Amino acid sequence: MQETTDAPLVRLSGVQKWYGELHVLRDIDLSIARGEVVVVIGPSGAGKSTLCRAINRLETIDEGEISIDGQPLPQEGKALARLRADVGMVFQSFNLFAHKTVLENVTLGPTKVRKQSKADAQARAKELLDRVGVGHQAAKYPAQLSGGQQQRVAIARALAMEPKVMLFDEPTSALDPEMIKEVLDVMVDLAERGMTMVVVTHEMGFARTAANRVVFMADGAVVEEADPETFFTNPQSDRAKDFLGKILKH
Amino acid sequence: MDVVVDNYQFIGIGFAATVLLFLISGIGALLLGTLLVAMRVGPIAVMRRAAATYVTLVRNTPLLLILVFFSLAAPKIGINFQFVKIVISTGWGDIRMTNAFAGATVGLILYTASFVCESLRSGVNAVPVGQAEAARAIGLPFGGVLSNVVLPQALRAALPPLASTLIALLKNTTVAASVLVLESAYALKQILDKTPGTVEKLWPIGVFILVFVILVELLSFASGRLERRWRVAR
Ligand SMILES: Nc1ncnc2c1ncn2[C@@H]1O[C@H](COP(=O)(O)OP(=O)(O)OP(=O)(O)O)[C@@H](O)[C@H]1O
Ligand SMILES: [Mg+2]
Repeated sequence: MQETTDAPLVRLSGVQKWYGELHVLRDIDLSIARGEVVVVIGPSGAGKSTLCRAINRLETIDEGEISIDGQPLPQEGKALARLRADVGMVFQSFNLFAHKTVLENVTLGPTKVRKQSKADAQARAKELLDRVGVGHQAAKYPAQLSGGQQQRVAIARALAMEPKVMLFDEPTSALDPEMIKEVLDVMVDLAERGMTMVVVTHEMGFARTAANRVVFMADGAVVEEADPETFFTNPQSDRAKDFLGKILKH
Repeated sequence: MDVVVDNYQFIGIGFAATVLLFLISGIGALLLGTLLVAMRVGPIAVMRRAAATYVTLVRNTPLLLILVFFSLAAPKIGINFQFVKIVISTGWGDIRMTNAFAGATVGLILYTASFVCESLRSGVNAVPVGQAEAARAIGLPFGGVLSNVVLPQALRAALPPLASTLIALLKNTTVAASVLVLESAYALKQILDKTPGTVEKLWPIGVFILVFVILVELLSFASGRLERRWRVAR
């Protein structure tokens, strides 16, 4: 009993990936506990997106193993699809289904993948849309919403699958400054409710408030990890010092 | 003008047969074309190659050759459609959907499907990759990603080339008709043969062209309407 609950929810061991000559993931070992919020930070091209996308196998890996809740990621097909249903993903560019309304965006997965009835799925979708503050936009199409609203719908769409873990790849970096907060607020709320989260972001405010751990990546490797306060005030590696120096300047 | 009025039943049946041939071939080509594009963008390499080969071969073969194959060569190697015996009786005469009609339908479907496939594929390429990724991320399998997210959007983007493909099909039904089916083109020929005088001969041709222009315009109109209706939802 004890063993299963203490086992990490997401576990990467010895993960390697190359794009041709480019070594984008270098021997990554990372365990994420249930309920933990991990912020991944690092310079552009460090491999943060690749890491995030490898966790639900939108990106394949060349060596090593990734497992979710004790199950190794399946290669392809139905088994992989089933596992992905348990891993929510929020993209930098929202990627809401452009031909579906907000409500349909949120109910598609529950009805087609989880086989919920349309009525149940809609009721739950409305709850979630209310929770992220876009309940009154349910009948609109994505193109009719602001970026911040779209991203909150995207979060609701992922949550509707009742995922075990949520992955965020720079969820606020395509947003205008005044919309960043509304999305971060939703994410902080999610973290407080105990969701396991992997968040690629440069929002230090979010990292400080919500993260249990900061993972700093550079050149495809995890260079340093620590709790947010320690990392931001007392980084150990030169790469991290250099990077923080750059982003703190402005 | 008399020649049109006198032969209205004949002409009517001819057009009914053309429209039927068009509708059946159109639906068949859309279905086969969708299947081909699913193979073409799918994860299985053998299927991708098979669909690509089919499209390349068929698109580069003249339609006339395909139709002649089904009317002359195919029966010699045991491919015929003698088992198709649908006759629709109307007050104006019979619409006969038999061997020749079925051969024309199959030829038109096989030919047009390759164009439908390519139109849809251009549409699929116009759908941002993020759409398919988001669909996979909520746990939809390949078929679900395609049918719920990618194809509906591809269809919107592919509407103009698809409409052109269907208009070409409409015109091609007359090619098929002249090779295989007793319908409007043949009806027209018979009427012309019986009609004395050059000016009088122009009337049936005029009506023939007019009706086809109307059918083509109807198709363009329908596609235009759909395009406008879908504009918000893209
Ligand atoms: N499909 C691809 N083919 C080849 N190289 C790629 C591909 N995708 C990413 N890369 C390269 O892999 C490296 C890591 O990319 P990744 O997107 O993971 O970086 P990142 O840390 O997310 O950067 P950013 O902060 O700019 O988003 C980069 O050098 C990138 O150019
Ligand atoms: Mg990135």
